[in-house]
Amino acid sequence: MSHILDLTQEERQAQIVAGAERFAEEQIGPRAREFDEAGVLADDLIQDMAARGYLTANLPTEYGGLGLDPVYYGLFQQAIGKADCATRTLITVHSALCGESLLRWGNEEQKELWLPRMAKGESLAAFALSEPNVGTDAKSVETCYRKVGDTYVLNGNKKWISFGDKADLFVVIAGNDQGQVSAFLVERDFPGVTTRPLKGMLAGRATHIAMIEFDNVEVPVANLVGKEGGGFKYVVSTALDHGRYSIAWAGVSIAQEAVDHMVSYARQRKQFGKRLAEFQLIKGLIADATTETHAARALCLKAGEMRKNKAQDAVMETTMAKYFASKVAMKVATDCVQVHGGNGCISDYPAERLFREAKMLEIIEGTSQIQQEIISGYALRKYSKACKR
Amino acid sequence: MELNQKIRSFIESQLVVFEDEAKFEDDDNIFEMGFVNSLFAMQLLEYIESEFSVTVDNDDLDIKNFSTVNNISALVNRKVG
Repeated sequence: MSHILDLTQEERQAQIVAGAERFAEEQIGPRAREFDEAGVLADDLIQDMAARGYLTANLPTEYGGLGLDPVYYGLFQQAIGKADCATRTLITVHSALCGESLLRWGNEEQKELWLPRMAKGESLAAFALSEPNVGTDAKSVETCYRKVGDTYVLNGNKKWISFGDKADLFVVIAGNDQGQVSAFLVERDFPGVTTRPLKGMLAGRATHIAMIEFDNVEVPVANLVGKEGGGFKYVVSTALDHGRYSIAWAGVSIAQEAVDHMVSYARQRKQFGKRLAEFQLIKGLIADATTETHAARALCLKAGEMRKNKAQDAVMETTMAKYFASKVAMKVATDCVQVHGGNGCISDYPAERLFREAKMLEIIEGTSQIQQEIISGYALRKYSKACKR
Repeated sequence: MELNQKIRSFIESQLVVFEDEAKFEDDDNIFEMGFVNSLFAMQLLEYIESEFSVTVDNDDLDIKNFSTVNNISALVNRKVG
């Protein structure tokens, strides 16, 4: 024990990430295809991760987390995501979206009750924002609430909720007839909560994506997160900012995994009596994929450093990292399929799964197009010579 | 720099409209004027906390506290004081 206490914060965190890399490579990666095909993320893996503190690696140790700073938390997510996208999605939803929102906006009672449970895997949390009619325009949620005595009564439907069919705690975003949007902690076993898994997904097949229906669900006043009316501006913004950071690293992890498979296949596969890696056009694909993956990682690391230092533009750097890394993941995964040829189109090889998973990253936590809107708004102000007096 | 001017400079650096369209007084509601994007509220919070070394609590989260330069200034003065 004493040798652990002797480590610097940096060394301690580096050790945790190194351990996560080994764990992911040995315990998660070999099961990724099984999870994808079965449409289930195994409970034994979730509990194993909980025992190692991996479910809330970003949260403070006082709440059972591992206390990783944003940079190491990013590297941690890269390790998990490289092995399996579904397992990384659990980390995104449970620890980044829900964990960080509760940590920032939950009151002491909520934090002391839920965060340790989330760390131990006794509770899995999901973030219920999107709806059948509401995606990018998230502040227009149709799920509604009204205050009745000491409770809030919720009605409505949520859609595309990752781990919605498995979580037992939901952070639910709903609006009232005054135009206020608020966030609530809703437990699965509250009367009136039902979930229905969504099948036929392009990707995220093992992420228990679900519809959630709230039918006159009575939520105690104590379960309001933050202030009434602060649901979108504060809770959702916080959650999505952390979500974007997580998805940025998800992009790097898919891209790197695709590079690994592309290179391995090109070194081994022979056509015309030569290895694929000997053909210049294949080398070009490998060179571009490697360079773009390194560039995406550098942007994520920069965003991580800025988040760690609470830099003013950290939110924007994170947005750019999410936009760029998800785009790189899609391109590199596409080229990985291309190098594999026919073998890239069948689940015997990981290329097709990486290709499917990469596409999702350009949609979730804000589409690439909404990121472009935000980034261009930032650039039009920041880089205008007329503004630089 | 005077507090109001400091806050105003930050807000101006975050606006998503051109300078000639972005005229506002210290009592104008910057959210209602549509000058900012959905990330602004959180960026404003982070700015207040880091620039003035204060912690914005849940109890401070009334949107009125952040809606105008004068209200933000009043909040900062309360927190610092």
